[in-house]
Amino acid sequence: MEAAAPPAERRLPPIQPIAVATIVLVVIGGIYTAAHLPRHVPQGPTITLLAAAVVLLATNVMLLARIQPFAWRIFRVVTAWVFAAYIVIAGMLEYVFVYDHTRGTQLLILTAMLAVFAVDIPLLLGFSVARYQDPDA
Amino acid sequence: MVSVAQPIPGAFAPSRPTVKIVPVKLLPVVGVVLVGLVTAIATNSHWALDFYHIAGGGLWTGIDLFVGLVLGPILGSMSIPARLELSSRMMPKLLLIMPTLVTMTLGSGFQLARTLGNLSATYPNHDWLVASYVVVGVMAVIALGLLEPANLAVLFELRKPNPNAARIGRLMKVFIYTAGITGLMQIATLVIMTKLASS
Repeated sequence: MEAAAPPAERRLPPIQPIAVATIVLVVIGGIYTAAHLPRHVPQGPTITLLAAAVVLLATNVMLLARIQPFAWRIFRVVTAWVFAAYIVIAGMLEYVFVYDHTRGTQLLILTAMLAVFAVDIPLLLGFSVARYQDPDA
Repeated sequence: MVSVAQPIPGAFAPSRPTVKIVPVKLLPVVGVVLVGLVTAIATNSHWALDFYHIAGGGLWTGIDLFVGLVLGPILGSMSIPARLELSSRMMPKLLLIMPTLVTMTLGSGFQLARTLGNLSATYPNHDWLVASYVVVGVMAVIALGLLEPANLAVLFELRKPNPNAARIGRLMKVFIYTAGITGLMQIATLVIMTKLASS
């Protein structure tokens, strides 16, 4: 009888490329915003980038949730630790924006971008580790 | 063709160190550094912001250049057991050091640029500043999207009773190449930052 393929050889949904694409969109939005500050930042491009990033992130969460079997325990441990770290990093950036009197819609967009960033990176790192682990029994 | 997990060659097994993913003992140091950064921003102390930006940026650039252009090629030429032994000790520390340095540098740098008026579109070197955002952005995508996932996956693979050598080799290659690319991009950072500081 042939042994089951180890986790590395399994065909999994393109979670990593989608997560990287999400980071790219958030980073472009961040660069665009920083290039305009402290003046008014045109909101059309940033909202479009943010919306696209949210769609990609939601797609990734759905694709990830459908993987069976998967090393969910390891995924949760890694994701939780990385999330804790990225909450600190995103919190620092949020603090700088608020401290520098960024207000209104602009602050809302930046906060949403940081939230996408703080969810996407833990998801990516959790997946990158869990994909090579033995699935939960 | 590799179809099952390949155990690491025997010489590696007896001396294999216990791999810690996060060096917990260093977390208070990170906490102190971050509290200092918040204080520097809150007080707008020019010296403190300068210190955080220059010390953080210098270390970040130096480590990236060293790992990418010196240590990376050396790692690539080492035997797999030696490579793993070095990585299992070095990578957990980098996992804590690098995000701390990046946060220090970017947080203080943005605040410094704001207090100095460098963010303004009328600042003569505004284009250079935007170029620095782009360089940092590209490095962030490479580091967060490729380098860190490979780094973490290697560390977790090393914790297994029988690590898969082929998988570790493949992930280490990603780590070495991406570290090399970010190292080269740090040269662009040096050019931009010295240009900004001297004009």
